Amino acid sequence: TTKFDLLIETIVKDANVLHTLVDDLHIEKLILQIGSSPMPSHETTPIPIQFYQYKDSIENDIQQADLVISHAGAGTILQTLEANKPLLVVINEQLMNNHQLEIAHVMEKQGYLYFCTCATLAETLKKFVNHRFEQYEKGNPLLFGRYLNEIMTE
Amino acid sequence: MNQKKTISTLIVLGSGKYDHFSTSSSCQSGHLGGHTTEMFRLLSGTDPNVYKPRHYMIASTDKMSAKKMNEFERNTLEDMDVTFINRSRHVGQSYISSVFTTLWAFFTVIPFVYRIRPKLILINGPGTCIPIVIASLLLSILFLIRRPKIVFVESICRVQSLSLTGKILQYLPVNILVQWPQLTERYPKTQYIGRLV
Repeated sequence: TTKFDLLIETIVKDANVLHTLVDDLHIEKLILQIGSSPMPSHETTPIPIQFYQYKDSIENDIQQADLVISHAGAGTILQTLEANKPLLVVINEQLMNNHQLEIAHVMEKQGYLYFCTCATLAETLKKFVNHRFEQYEKGNPLLFGRYLNEIMTE
Repeated sequence: MNQKKTISTLIVLGSGKYDHFSTSSSCQSGHLGGHTTEMFRLLSGTDPNVYKPRHYMIASTDKMSAKKMNEFERNTLEDMDVTFINRSRHVGQSYISSVFTTLWAFFTVIPFVYRIRPKLILINGPGTCIPIVIASLLLSILFLIRRPKIVFVESICRVQSLSLTGKILQYLPVNILVQWPQLTERYPKTQYIGRLV
């Protein structure tokens, strides 16, 4: 596809979004994972941008970030929450089915992140100003180990 | 020294993308390997000296799962083996032809399950699980193997509804674990023991 990813385009070009990012949230640099979509022109973006298509692991980028904005992939959501970073999940309403919203929805309800659409990105970003998210607790695989031990000795 | 009993375990790895039964894209599919990441997190909470040998089954095209498995097992190669199966299903294949390829998968896994005769089968999502479950049940009904314990762990993405695989497995003798408590109200055959990944 030669279409630009709407989220990337919005971040890079939407004046309201950029105003909130730069002036309210004091973001000084953008690092973008753009996937297979082309990179839109960004001469008018007021802060420096570094972008790449894919990386084996975005762990380092997450660790260095002050804010993460992402689509609703569960892997990225969990990685970001486990790194205790503020996270904005952007839902693509056309591509996603109801159950894909479920994880974003329940995580927002528990106070771990905010989610929005590209259309509501700017206004949702404002909520991040001086906002403290709930601390995400990682799941516990030992519970699974104990469960297995129990059922295997039945 | 008291030798702990070992439990031969079959672990099915896969990504949602190759899911026979996926008609809608899973929230894992954009993140290829989401199921596999969850499975290795689950395994990290188990005793590798008890749950061995670990027999992995991976689709031949699933490089990501093979990579994660090698990473997880880098110090324990003598306790595991891996079997790659051929995936004849294409993404976007029609439902009717999916039935045929599922039947084909079923017949190819029967000798595999018979050979390794696991005591425990761990599955967490991809549609490849279902032929494995049915093959093992069939073999045990025919007294060819002892019936293994089968544990299906639903993805953390599933908050309000079970996956299609999960829904089907409700009707089979499978232990189903969910990771959000509200699911047990809607699906009484499932169990919630806490968030696991």
